[in-house]
Amino acid sequence: MSEFDYRQKAWSAGLIVLFFLAWELFCLMTGMSDLVLPRPSQVFTTLFEKFPILWPHILQTLATTMIGFVLGVGLGVVLGAIIGVSKTAYDTAYPLLVGFSSIPKVAVVPIFVLWFGSGTVPAVLTALSICFFPIVVNIATGLATTEPELEDVLKALGASKLDILWNVGLPRTMPFFFASLKVAVSYAFVGAVLSETVASNRGIGNVMMTASSNFNVPLVFAGLFVLAGLGVALYVIFSLIEGRVTGWATRKNDVITT
Amino acid sequence: MMRMQPHSEFAGTPVPAAAAPIAIELSEASVTFGRGARAVPALSTTSLRIADGEFVALVGPSGCGKSTILRLVSGLVQPSSGVVIVGGREVAARAMRVGMAFQNPTMLPWMSIERNIMLPLKIVEPFRSQFRKLRKTEFRDKANALLEQVGLKGFGNRYPWQLSGGMLQRANLCRALIHEPRMLLLDEPFGALDQFTREELWSILQELWIAHKPTVLLVTHDLREAAFLGSRICVMSARPGRILDDSRVDFVRPRTVAMTFEPEFVALNQKLRAFIVDARTAATKGAA
Repeated sequence: MSEFDYRQKAWSAGLIVLFFLAWELFCLMTGMSDLVLPRPSQVFTTLFEKFPILWPHILQTLATTMIGFVLGVGLGVVLGAIIGVSKTAYDTAYPLLVGFSSIPKVAVVPIFVLWFGSGTVPAVLTALSICFFPIVVNIATGLATTEPELEDVLKALGASKLDILWNVGLPRTMPFFFASLKVAVSYAFVGAVLSETVASNRGIGNVMMTASSNFNVPLVFAGLFVLAGLGVALYVIFSLIEGRVTGWATRKNDVITT
Repeated sequence: MMRMQPHSEFAGTPVPAAAAPIAIELSEASVTFGRGARAVPALSTTSLRIADGEFVALVGPSGCGKSTILRLVSGLVQPSSGVVIVGGREVAARAMRVGMAFQNPTMLPWMSIERNIMLPLKIVEPFRSQFRKLRKTEFRDKANALLEQVGLKGFGNRYPWQLSGGMLQRANLCRALIHEPRMLLLDEPFGALDQFTREELWSILQELWIAHKPTVLLVTHDLREAAFLGSRICVMSARPGRILDDSRVDFVRPRTVAMTFEPEFVALNQKLRAFIVDARTAATKGAA
């Protein structure tokens, strides 16, 4: 890692600290009531004090997110593979997929609640339905952009469609796939919290909803901080996995010449 | 069945009736893409017979159907009429054990050069069933032996993005040869390379051919390349293509780049060039 990277990181951390300091000072100077906007110090104190109560809800939210995410990835990979391999399937299914993905998912939650009652199931389904689309698009794009010459070389050897998919199509899709994973995991998280907020008695979304109806504003903000932290953590984890698995796709300027 | 033309006196004798077994035979084969009003004829009725172990260069104006002939032979395209027989069998949907190389080397970026070259062994029997067992030993040695023959010794562990265009094209030749194909189909393999790299690769390809004696069908735009490498040159007309001239090239082997500047060689080049100029003019007049 170069000196430049370290300096970049220092600046990023500095900006975050500066943001909280400015917030704190703004509240102190204007004498803002903590019923409207609590100071970050209050929020962190609440977070620390209420952590034992928050913990099961954090686990709940993480669990629904991950279950929805895993199911969404499964569905996304299958659909993406199907429409990526066949041009006809791509053209046929794409309008429907776009239509489905452009529905605001908050509008779908009441339907899930109607079918499955409030709680974990609608949260998982919302997470799933919001996160599978970027995966479908990326898998399909990766498969559809396989070089025709290479396909010809392999077909001339007698390779079946499955051989080509396994040896060329799927590996070349990996950078697209992992790039979409980190987007999808954030989406899944948004979906899970959304559903918990609307219809659940567990999860961080529900904690925030309850706290806000009790005017416990610092707790609302504590919930928000937890969500931000979890969202960043999930994103970072999948970015790291992406870097490890598909390092070949990020080229280095290291060309040998004859 | 050979479509014999009267203008074959320039480069030695006309093609004699083949003594070696026939490797490739196109009889009255034609290819049309699309249907009805939008049909595009790619290849006029063409007959061509290539003996086992021959090195045939196909030249002609661009878009004349040279690549279509390659795709016919490899089984990637079916003839609209006529028959294509390769290795004594009619080309059907299932393909032959051919090696192919295109202008674009298409190495897979996530595999080392060695593993890229071994890719055909994962697909073609009998190597396919042995792949799990042998890939670390015999197959690797095989890949490295080929790499050494093309001057890429020690580059097996590198990744494609670490190699220059010329080096990738050498690796591409290795990939086309790893499964010991009896037939090598090359579609302008050196088209994107500079003059010097190209001449170097001509010699390498010639050595590989002398060593393994596969039947080679080379599509090229470069007349010097055709005359340097081919034991026989077929000149094609503009689209829809047909074979205008078919003649043997009898320069001794191994040929050297210096030979390409000798009068006989230059004369052959000029003759070939005249054919293609005529074909192009005829095509423009036909279109006007």
